[in-house]
Amino acid sequence: MAVCGSACGTNCVPKDTEGEEGERLKRLSLEEESSVRRCTKCAEEEARKECNGLCAGCFRAYLYGKFKLAVTSNAMISPTDKVLVAFSGGPSSRVALEFIHEMQSKALACWDASNSQALPVFTVGVVFMEECNISDELSDQADDVIAQIRSIVSGLSPPSKDLHIVLMESLFSSDLRKLVGSINDATGREDFVRHLRMLSLQRVAFEFGYNKLVLGLSASGIARHVLSATVKGQGYSLPADMQYVDTRWKAPVVLPIRDCLEQELVTLCNLESLKHVQVHDKRCTSINGLVSSFLARLREDNSSREHTILRTAGKLKPFNFNKFSSNQYEYVPSRLRPKFQFIETGEPESSEVLCPICASPLTATELATTRCSQQMKGLNIKEMEAFYLSCCQSCHFQILPKEETSMSCDGFFDLLPKPMVKRSLLRDEIKDYLLEDS
Amino acid sequence: MEGVEASEKVKRTTPRLCSLCNQRKAALRRPKTLEQICRECFYNVFEDEIHRVIVENNLFKPGERIAIGASGGKDSTVLAYVLSELNKRHNYGLDLFLLSIDEGITGYRDDSLETVKRNEIQYGLPLKIVSYKELYQWTMDEIVKAIGLKNNCTFCGVFRRQALDRGAALIQADKIVTGHNADDIAETVLLNILRGDIARLSRCTSITTGEDGPIPRCKPFKYTYEKEIVMYAYFKKLDYFSTECIYSPNAYRGFAREFIKDLERIRPRAILDIIRSGEDFRISTTTRMPEQGTCQRCGYISSQKLCKACVLLEGLNRGLPKLGIGRKKGGSGEDQEQSKWHLENRALSLHGKHGNVEY
Repeated sequence: MAVCGSACGTNCVPKDTEGEEGERLKRLSLEEESSVRRCTKCAEEEARKECNGLCAGCFRAYLYGKFKLAVTSNAMISPTDKVLVAFSGGPSSRVALEFIHEMQSKALACWDASNSQALPVFTVGVVFMEECNISDELSDQADDVIAQIRSIVSGLSPPSKDLHIVLMESLFSSDLRKLVGSINDATGREDFVRHLRMLSLQRVAFEFGYNKLVLGLSASGIARHVLSATVKGQGYSLPADMQYVDTRWKAPVVLPIRDCLEQELVTLCNLESLKHVQVHDKRCTSINGLVSSFLARLREDNSSREHTILRTAGKLKPFNFNKFSSNQYEYVPSRLRPKFQFIETGEPESSEVLCPICASPLTATELATTRCSQQMKGLNIKEMEAFYLSCCQSCHFQILPKEETSMSCDGFFDLLPKPMVKRSLLRDEIKDYLLEDS
Repeated sequence: MEGVEASEKVKRTTPRLCSLCNQRKAALRRPKTLEQICRECFYNVFEDEIHRVIVENNLFKPGERIAIGASGGKDSTVLAYVLSELNKRHNYGLDLFLLSIDEGITGYRDDSLETVKRNEIQYGLPLKIVSYKELYQWTMDEIVKAIGLKNNCTFCGVFRRQALDRGAALIQADKIVTGHNADDIAETVLLNILRGDIARLSRCTSITTGEDGPIPRCKPFKYTYEKEIVMYAYFKKLDYFSTECIYSPNAYRGFAREFIKDLERIRPRAILDIIRSGEDFRISTTTRMPEQGTCQRCGYISSQKLCKACVLLEGLNRGLPKLGIGRKKGGSGEDQEQSKWHLENRALSLHGKHGNVEY
């Protein structure tokens, strides 16, 4: 080791600490021999095998950094927002809840310390949707799950958060179990429950005054959606459900952990002992189940495959509802605001027509078919027919009743939740002529 | 008791009738629609659907010289047979030729070429064979010996595409038709999503490609299920070669193929749904797409300065088997010569990120 005079740089080791330095070098070489790897970021703590060469602290910071970037660069949460977090109990939504809580706590600390306290801190509520009566899941574990959910949420304070435990079937005056049970196609059943879930979450948000809905959808979840939608012929509408922001709903939906892999979120939960509900793998005979196992095989072959899928789908054109309208960016720093504001092109952006069941934008072909059928039927069209004509081809195939199903078209229509029926395009156009009061 | 037995016996012996003609006995269940139909109706719907695809998509014009890419396998054999039939039946007015590529795979291609030679006689269509040896001075056997079994399909696919175009030019063809079926196209859509190839994703569902080039190529079997092609060939007793390429087991396409087979079992129409999704994808205008140009060395169509075939050939001839394979990395893992080659050709050889099997 070179020893030099006082003009040397700070990296040089003074003579009197040679003993300490020698000890450190010895320790390093011993560690090399016992192959203890250091974190590639901070080079201080031990790198964890499951954390891609990072230590636990840097790994958490890396994930939180992704979350924070998603929230700030998409202006997801503003100070006056009342945010509802959809918590399924699983690891992904658990981490979303944890990070939102951390962001809120930090904002509260800033507010406490601030002299003016001009900007408020956003409030957070949590909702757990109880659905086991509708689908074929085991209901005997429901009480345990709910108890765990309560315990998790009550531990996330200050600030405290309202917890809404909601029975899905109580939200609508329909026999949802009978409705879901009448759908023959297994994939259609699962997808329909997912659409009901969104409708229910929006209902809760509306009733309790929340203006934003946070979903804990991870990069892996989106990769699954990309493949499932492709396989179901939904290539046109695929980009709608995978962007950071979705304003199709009264309470816009935001995905703050969209860039985090499921595996990373599970690892974080394990590292930090974040309590979450174990989701039992049920045997899936549906397309969604097949896609999940296909992705699992691809992940074994190459752990970056999910990111590649996300990147490919990210190059598809999003819709105009995948961005907030310009007046929602008032809390964004002015230097960033131009990024969000629409550039006036002189041409109005076309608004999409949405399927009333799944809210997917209809393709030009589907719209043309709908209009053509409507013209043929004229004003003699029944409300049920008008609704069915407004649905996309995927819902037509896998959800709506066909000749061979046990339930009639009328029977199925009568069981549909009213908010879903009201979304139908043709209904809007002919509602003045409808005689039935809906 | 006797009455019950008698009615059961009647049930067993009464044949199910074809759901289309209601006259003949149903002989098969149609893979695409699961309808139970007779052989004659199957031939009719199969041929009729292909005829409609050809007409609705304006695939051909009267008087055109059409090179049918013929490998001796089921797809190209059925394609040659059906196209020949429809050409006569509906007066397309086409001049049909068989064009075969000999990749030089012993125990596979030499056998399948014998099948094509028989097809030449059976269907009365003139045959032209073009070989990798004469075009590139390398056979696939030699290539696999040099590079192993990991990326051999990349070499074969890239070389075959050019070989087809060159062969078609030699026989002065106006168009090339290939037997790519619905399963192939669905697999390609999935593969391009998995590999991040947005440029290919935007092109791979087009029924005709290369329209702005010298020899366009089209795929009349775009909506035809592989299972139905096999069924057609089986019932018609067509002569085809049914063994898989001996070098193919490690192809990444195998992942997508297995998935699609499982999918078809749950929902047969999923194959067409994947193709529809591919047709409906809208690429964001901010995405950078490659521009079409020509290769500086051989003049072939290329989005880079050198076409993929030239890059791969360069690698083979200089004993650099990884050249042109996978993503371009600097530094580690490359020997000095590769680094030097890269430095020299950095401006020229910015090959695409995902230079793999081309459609």
